[in-house]
Amino acid sequence: MATATALPTGFTAAVLRVNGDEYPVVFPTHHTLLEVLREQCGLTGTKHGCELGECGACAVRVDGEAVLSCLKLAVEVRDSEVETVEGLQDGNELHPLQRAFADFGAAQCGYCTPGILMVANALLDRNDDPEDAEIYEALSGNLCRCTGYHRIVTAVRWAGAMARGDDWRPPEEDFHGADSQAPHAERSG
Amino acid sequence: MAANPKVEAVGRDLRSGEEYRLIGTAFRRVDGRAKVTGRTQFADDLDFPRMAYVKLVRSTVPHARIRNIDLSAALAMDGVLGTLVGAELPDKFGILPVSEDEHALAVDTVRFVGDPVAAVAAVSEDIAHEAALAVKVEYELLPSISSFDEALRTPEPQMHDYADDGNIHKKVSLKFGDVEEGFEEADMILEDTCYFEGNTHLAMEQHSAVGVPEDAGRVTVYSSTQTPHYVHRALTKVLGLPASRIRVVACSNGGGFGGKSDPFNHEMVVAKLALKLGRPCKVTLTREEVFYCHRGRHPVLMHLKTGFKEDGSITSQHLRTALDGGAFGSYGVASTYYTGALQTTTYRIPNYWFEGARAFTNKPPCGPKRGHGTPQPRFAFEVHLDKAAHHLGIDPAELRLRNLQPPDSVTANWLRIGLIELRECIEAVVRGSGWKERYGKLPEGRGLGLACGAYLCGAGLPIYWNHMPQSGVQIKLDRSGCVAVFCGETEIGQGSDSVLAAIVAEVLGIELEDIRLCVGDTDLTPVDLGSYSSRVTMMVGHAAMQAAERARDIIARAVAAQLRVSETELVFADRRVFPAGDPDDGLDFSAAVVAAEARYGTLGTTGSYIPPRAPGRYRGAGVGPSPTYSYSAAVVEVEVDPQTGVYDCRHVWMAHDIGQAINPVLALGQIEGSIYMGLGEAMMEEQVFRRLPKKLSAALVHKMPSLLEYKSPGFHDMPGITSYMIESRDERAPMGAKEVGQGPLLPIMPAVVNAIFDAVGVRVDQVPATPELILKGLEAKARGRPARVGPTRFPRVDYGTPVEVPTPEQGGDGRARHDPKHRGLRSASGTMKDRDEALKERRSATLTTA
Repeated sequence: MATATALPTGFTAAVLRVNGDEYPVVFPTHHTLLEVLREQCGLTGTKHGCELGECGACAVRVDGEAVLSCLKLAVEVRDSEVETVEGLQDGNELHPLQRAFADFGAAQCGYCTPGILMVANALLDRNDDPEDAEIYEALSGNLCRCTGYHRIVTAVRWAGAMARGDDWRPPEEDFHGADSQAPHAERSG
Repeated sequence: MAANPKVEAVGRDLRSGEEYRLIGTAFRRVDGRAKVTGRTQFADDLDFPRMAYVKLVRSTVPHARIRNIDLSAALAMDGVLGTLVGAELPDKFGILPVSEDEHALAVDTVRFVGDPVAAVAAVSEDIAHEAALAVKVEYELLPSISSFDEALRTPEPQMHDYADDGNIHKKVSLKFGDVEEGFEEADMILEDTCYFEGNTHLAMEQHSAVGVPEDAGRVTVYSSTQTPHYVHRALTKVLGLPASRIRVVACSNGGGFGGKSDPFNHEMVVAKLALKLGRPCKVTLTREEVFYCHRGRHPVLMHLKTGFKEDGSITSQHLRTALDGGAFGSYGVASTYYTGALQTTTYRIPNYWFEGARAFTNKPPCGPKRGHGTPQPRFAFEVHLDKAAHHLGIDPAELRLRNLQPPDSVTANWLRIGLIELRECIEAVVRGSGWKERYGKLPEGRGLGLACGAYLCGAGLPIYWNHMPQSGVQIKLDRSGCVAVFCGETEIGQGSDSVLAAIVAEVLGIELEDIRLCVGDTDLTPVDLGSYSSRVTMMVGHAAMQAAERARDIIARAVAAQLRVSETELVFADRRVFPAGDPDDGLDFSAAVVAAEARYGTLGTTGSYIPPRAPGRYRGAGVGPSPTYSYSAAVVEVEVDPQTGVYDCRHVWMAHDIGQAINPVLALGQIEGSIYMGLGEAMMEEQVFRRLPKKLSAALVHKMPSLLEYKSPGFHDMPGITSYMIESRDERAPMGAKEVGQGPLLPIMPAVVNAIFDAVGVRVDQVPATPELILKGLEAKARGRPARVGPTRFPRVDYGTPVEVPTPEQGGDGRARHDPKHRGLRSASGTMKDRDEALKERRSATLTTA
């Protein structure tokens, strides 16, 4: 820390590990992980919707756990592994979650998508075959104004299936609409 | 180039019933990869060297004259680069030419808590924030208005001097046919008073804009806007610069829903500061500030009176609306008309009287939100019809079927109706929900409700009077085989980029990967008016088809000459151009372009679209016309807990008359998103205000300007959804495709409250229909009182003398009776008569510019 004295008061210097890469950064000590990721690391894939922990748009993974980067100070993660949406793909290959979201209309404007992808990624790493209820529970802290949520839940299931090598895919009705001539069928709701 | 010879058999006739190759398939949206990798650049993701950060100083009082603005403390702070006050941008702007009443920063007067007064720019956002707090503003308080009723009672002081009457911004009274006689013919007259609370878009992305000074005194503004062209016009006015020196780039919007359709003060501010400081300047609103930007759903009180015959047919209707508009005009004049204009599109109303008024109040301005002005009267009408069905002993679905507006007809208020598949929509949801077996027969606490709706496929007229194309597309092709498509359209998440690319790819027989888009850039792309009024598929689609067909025709001519075959034999498919009879003889698409480039030189085509002229000629006839309309029907099933009034939506069946889905996955996503947003409005969402106690300034403040406190549905709140797309190609629409982004929202709110009635017998005549309201209704019912909650009175409003317009059935000509000689408005682009003559010469409703 030979240069520590050169740092003005209120600033912190650190080497953050994000998506396996090292980012030597200097930032105001009170800045959140969200701010440092976007402003110092140039990783703008992580979004902000409220900066108060209300919407989930800024979710990233810290040591594998999904956290809201707007409620986490960057200084808290100096010794952690941070993962963001930019690190989700493998080389130039999309992660199954990314494929499912892109192909199934689970991302419309795409603004809430990075946060949801990271929460879903943490879920699938724990359990690659979650029940819908578990997906709802895991994502209950994320808001989306475009999709109406169903496509997100189904895309997470689809991604889980892809990751497991299972050939399950969403029902045909979700791709082309329901048969308007079909009679009423009892549904679980 | 000489006029294109018509190449009839090239490709296929896309308006016929033939199969499409790409249209109608569930392809990955063209921006899908960018959206899931975090690469989509939203406005706040932009960063420029030397960029300054801007914060706005906002009014803390609802209505006051500004006595003094003291910037000294802010300017003395380290890192502060400059400030801006209203006097530096004295020219007013506003989306509608009739209500240009906004300043970039308040000049003399603030009109709501949150109205911007000054701006500061600093080297960091933190310093800008501190500096904004250090700006001291002295106010001289004025009386403030919190509601329509207060506005009616408080004509002075006027918030804006151009208002129709005191603080009533706009008054409309339009009478079509013999309304009184219609009521006399009725066997039953029903009257209802309903209320629709205001709510807001709540797009996940907060508004952001960056102004960048360019060479030669030019400036570029990157913004989260749905309407770059209108922002361009407003900037021209406010900055006092020629339009040719201002460039507006619409970044992908992180959701719009109408909330990014106005030109905004913060856009003017960053442009001016960029020019003043000589540095890029960025502003990104906090979530709280987004609630002050607003432009959301107007709170509307409605009174509806309808005459019915015994068989359920409607004889006459009188609708009165009262809109709480907030502090500025915004789209309000159009919103006011829209609370009456589309009432006639679903069911035949032979005589119709619409009276509407919008008040100025000291709250954030209301404007267009998904459905723009239509969801409120649609709610009232569909609830009203449910009651009428009960009184008449007719099934609610059957009552609607008996009143359907016929296809290819003109309504009493002179809207031309095209293809209408509302019957199919109603039948699909009736069948799917088991309506006939289950409606009125479910156990206590469970119920079904049905409602319908209709929406524009693009507003027929532009925001400002002109006769130029409402959408333009330019295509550039070269020997690489890459097709570059330029269009001013704006991707807000709805999939407009995918619609544009798919239509060009379909016509040229190439893949989406062969297309490169350049969109939403006023320097580089032809004008498109923006992503509003569900106009993109219709208007961008038509322009794209025309440009692509022209490119196809040029290539076909070159290929035909090279292969020594007739142009009429050529097929464009599978990235090749080949004779239908001899597919092996053809050329790869890029080789075909080479042939054309060699023969004709550098290749480029354009396409334009102007909607056909609507038949209405009365003052106000400009709001409501559309090339065609989409229709929707929904059945909602609810379960209500009679102890608490808490209810769940269990399932929604929605059928939408879409014409043709360009991409069924994206279209279903619009339907599901509309259902979601409709449920939010029906069940919980409200943008509401309260007055602080006197000792705390008596200001009118937003009750809950935060994402957590403003209740919106989460993952757990969504019911099951069954969506039906009724595909019946509309020849008025490109590829037969109608809108799907707004229409499916409309039936949801009334269907929910109709279902609550079926479940527990309580009429909730307002939304959001909260558990508290239902409980109040249940308690009234238990005491033997009418089980109805909702507004009980409608204010006495002087709407003025009605403009009387004979209906088509009465042999009218679309003009108002006693209309002083209709001269026609003149703009820089001529009069409507000039336009009609120009169009006649071209023998087409589609303007050609080849």
